[in-house]
Amino acid sequence: MKAERTFGFDTRMVHAGHIPDAATGARAAPIYQTSSYVFYDADQAADLFDLKRYGHLYSRISNPTVAVLEERLASLEGATGAVATASGMAAQFAAFMTLLEPGDEIVASSHLYGGSVVQLTYTLKKMGVIVRYVDPTDLQAWEQAITPRTRALYSELIGNPRGSVLDIQAVAGVAEAQRIPLIIDNTIATPYLCRPMDFGATITVYSATKFIGGHGNSLGGVVLDSGKFDYSHFPAIAAPSPSYHNLRFFDTFGHYGFLMKVRAETLRDTGACLAPMNAFLLLQGLETLSLRMEKHVANALTIARYLEAHSQVDWVAYAGLPSHPQFDLAQKYLPQGAGAVLSFGLKRQGSEDVRLRSKRFIERLQLFSHLANIGDVRSLVIHPASTTHQQLSDEELEACGVGADLIRLSIGIETEEDLLWDLEQALRALSS
Amino acid sequence: MGFGTGAACAIQLNSSLTQAEKELYQNRTVIQDILQNTRTIAMIGLSTERQKASYFVATYLLAAGYTVIPVNPKADAILGQTSYPDLRSVPVSIDLVDVFRPAADCLQIVQEAITCRARAIWFQLKVIPFSAAALAREAGLATVMDLCVKMEHGRYHGGLHAAGMNTEIISAKRAQPQGRL
Repeated sequence: MKAERTFGFDTRMVHAGHIPDAATGARAAPIYQTSSYVFYDADQAADLFDLKRYGHLYSRISNPTVAVLEERLASLEGATGAVATASGMAAQFAAFMTLLEPGDEIVASSHLYGGSVVQLTYTLKKMGVIVRYVDPTDLQAWEQAITPRTRALYSELIGNPRGSVLDIQAVAGVAEAQRIPLIIDNTIATPYLCRPMDFGATITVYSATKFIGGHGNSLGGVVLDSGKFDYSHFPAIAAPSPSYHNLRFFDTFGHYGFLMKVRAETLRDTGACLAPMNAFLLLQGLETLSLRMEKHVANALTIARYLEAHSQVDWVAYAGLPSHPQFDLAQKYLPQGAGAVLSFGLKRQGSEDVRLRSKRFIERLQLFSHLANIGDVRSLVIHPASTTHQQLSDEELEACGVGADLIRLSIGIETEEDLLWDLEQALRALSS
Repeated sequence: MGFGTGAACAIQLNSSLTQAEKELYQNRTVIQDILQNTRTIAMIGLSTERQKASYFVATYLLAAGYTVIPVNPKADAILGQTSYPDLRSVPVSIDLVDVFRPAADCLQIVQEAITCRARAIWFQLKVIPFSAAALAREAGLATVMDLCVKMEHGRYHGGLHAAGMNTEIISAKRAQPQGRL
């Protein structure tokens, strides 16, 4: 038998990163609920702290249950490795903290999750980092926003909530020409629908809370690296690090250098590590990722088509519909489906405030859960203008791509007809 | 978690080697054979500096139970091991020659490795001396190029996995008990 085999996605989903251990043979990944690990001897302790031997020493840095999730995600992503974090916000922050120095700049898509915009605009600013936002669909805008201090490009593959799709290959080309990494937040697509590294992305980040875990029960995030970027000219990774005895991470760990620095320095210092119990729950979800995503995207496309054809609906934004401006890009990068998050607006009726009308619609829904999350097996709904963005004026909402009429749906895996029934009864109630 | 040697896919690596060259010089069966059957490793160009990559590798290999022989004309001893100026001066038999020197020095190193009957030679990450490597292969030495012996050992012994890295090893077999690392 040949020992070399390239295993398929579904096999990796349930096996990668976990070989049953010699001591117990436990088939499910054990939950290592421990803060720390006993050393064999003083030399081993010193070597572990010095990164000269591999191994666990404290769960803020690494943990055996978390390591299963990390390797499994790296395997699914086609990455060289991964570092798990407490949440998706912590994951992207870890990537930025590891790459950026005060005075550095990043160029970011303006079609980002609102929480990311706040983190980039205000928290990175506190670190002396300048963020330039561009329309992600405008390749020239990416090129023009780059300065000699630009250290990374950042975008979601599928923008939240408008569903814009990034032309990864083109933007990766811009990044490559400038010898800077392209960082992609691939939360909405998951590695099942698209693997950004196959198209030139260097780093991907996820909120694993969403479709990866998939059950709305645990927060978590992950940073992954392709291992193909040459950091030798990138000072934050190549230069001696004063925070680790002048260690040169790229020199010492090669293609693992970036991730080793994320773990040994950024995770050490921010403390935003993933808890072992959450890693276990996320792993449990991950084992059915492909099965869930098939149903998520099938339901989402049906609902997008239904809404687009509905007389009460003004517009639908879903890249799986030919009416979407990036439909062609979605066909290229997301051939199995454009994710399961979509947004739409209700038609204005007479003088009724569209915010009130959207609110009335949401309150009539029986099966969609009204909450602030996406990527649950259950269908979810939120009206950003009356909740997360309620303090903004109509003009400010339009500027960040969230109109006063925008309703966001995250489509679950319920029976398709039941979701259609729910939307229909809520839409009918509007006209009564 | 368990560690194992199950079926594996090629690891994602930023290597300049072509697919055909990888099959010659990054062959999984050759690597596993070297790791399993080596006792004594001569490290050519092992640095005395604690933060150099070679020092990390030597520390790791000593902890993994190998006998490490530094070959560095500027040092008397490194990590408590007597250092020798060149391979010919090493008084014991050598299984593996691990090379941390520029490609230009490698032809001579291979000639010495052949003379002292080493079984295998390993050119570390970014050390890519094609003609020297070809000579080593022709002389019957198991030859590895543009990989790190620590990383490859860690790949099969759980260390890389613990660090969150993709070992690309997939197996449903229960792992065999391992020594300390």
